[in-house]
Amino acid sequence: MFKWFGIVSHVPHTKVAAFAEHLREGRIMASRCRACGHRSFPPRADCEACLSGDFELVETGGRCTLLSWTRISAAPSGFEPLAPYTLGLVDLEEGGRALAPLGGALDEGALAIGMPLRLVPRLHEDREDIKVDYTLEPATSGGGGRP
Amino acid sequence: MSRVGIVGIGHTAFGRRGDATVQEIACEAFRDALADAGLERDAIDATVIGSVPEYHKQRSLAGVVQEYLGLNPKPTWLTEVACASGSAAIRTAWMAIRAGVHDVVAVIGCQKMTELSTAQILALMGRVGEVQWESNFGTTFPGYYALFARRHMHEYGTTREQLTAVAVKNHFYGAKNPLAMFRKEVAAEKAAASEAVASPFNVYDCCANADGAACVILAREDRAKAVRKPPVWLAGLGCATASMSVLRRPTLTGLPSAERAAAEAYAMAGIGPERVRVADVHDCFTIAEVMAYEDLGFCRRGEGGRFVAEKRSYIGGSTPVNVDGGLKAKGHPIGATGVSMTCEIVKQLRGDAGERQVPGADIGLTHNVGGIGQYCFVQVLARDA
Repeated sequence: MFKWFGIVSHVPHTKVAAFAEHLREGRIMASRCRACGHRSFPPRADCEACLSGDFELVETGGRCTLLSWTRISAAPSGFEPLAPYTLGLVDLEEGGRALAPLGGALDEGALAIGMPLRLVPRLHEDREDIKVDYTLEPATSGGGGRP
Repeated sequence: MSRVGIVGIGHTAFGRRGDATVQEIACEAFRDALADAGLERDAIDATVIGSVPEYHKQRSLAGVVQEYLGLNPKPTWLTEVACASGSAAIRTAWMAIRAGVHDVVAVIGCQKMTELSTAQILALMGRVGEVQWESNFGTTFPGYYALFARRHMHEYGTTREQLTAVAVKNHFYGAKNPLAMFRKEVAAEKAAASEAVASPFNVYDCCANADGAACVILAREDRAKAVRKPPVWLAGLGCATASMSVLRRPTLTGLPSAERAAAEAYAMAGIGPERVRVADVHDCFTIAEVMAYEDLGFCRRGEGGRFVAEKRSYIGGSTPVNVDGGLKAKGHPIGATGVSMTCEIVKQLRGDAGERQVPGADIGLTHNVGGIGQYCFVQVLARDA
């Protein structure tokens, strides 16, 4: 149910849709190519190294490093009620990169490029449809998923 | 192989055009380009339209423009690579002429963006990022370049003041361009104090959505030499891509597509960046111009901020850049922008740029970026000595 993933969903259907179900259970998944072993995050059905379509999802940790961030004041349509909000770009320790909103436990003023953070799965039962996503939290924070 | 020359240019004023449809705006630029070349409409073998269709109610724009210009049954087609659609149109026209398929081709970049609201445009443009893993969190086009800017500031010590210096320069020249959307200078203090958009950017770091059209007429060498003004030659073209997703970029402080496209264009023209006398680069955001100086080799990696702060991209500096106001002050009707850049460099190489003229300009360059660098087209233009 990939339409669960994100604050809005533009693409409800994908071959890696199980990612969202894992995220709901608190696991962040990368893809691993069964032909050559190459890992990708975000996950992809078709290996970027060898183009094989034979893949599996494997759990990856949320430990990450902040590459850059921006506080968005001029929001696109659909996001106006959330503005201003901060998006961070992080490199995951186990490979790959993610873009995610800053969670409530982090203050923008405390951000510094290169600081360790954690990508933490979130289930939002308060929203109309079931929604899952992840947020950036302090490296020391608890929450779902492997550290 | 025969060279391809630019024999005519036409360019509408950029800005809000509540008075005209997109094909009416396109017609203004086309009519001016024909007159500039001294050609009749019958001389045009084909047209290529550069435009981004999502902004228009009209679907399949090439057809409606072709009809409105009275060019049926001559061929036409549309090119779309986001904000680089205009340069992509020029490239395909150049390819058609080089392939011997057509002799004289009109390229029209045209866009009417103001049919949509700013929030709708922000949403559309944010989706030029990857929609599966990024746009679903509310990314915006300025937001992406803001990520680049903060990283550039971190890695190279580029300052907030240096970013503002790009806006100040481009407004300085926009004030001198009768076709620019914003024809007024801006003080650094005012630019720095403007409304926040996506940190570290405020309003004056961002170009404006606009309506407008530009047209260039390309011709095979023998036909080009027969028109009344000396042609400006497409001496080198380069084109390259980079990942759609910011999650798969090898660097956040430059555009790999721009570096590669520039290397190709320089190699084809047989020159290096030091020979470029004037350039129009894709300053959709202030940091984009700073990165362009570096990607194009006008200065070393990391020195782009100082390059503009020391006025080396002003007329009189080592490489004058965006002396037409750039996207920042001239406005950015996205499909028209690449063609507008080529028009400006043709004016410069003809010596027709008025008070913005770079003395003795004989070689110029355009750098037109699609999206956040997913696509980049670079042209080296030259006149005969």
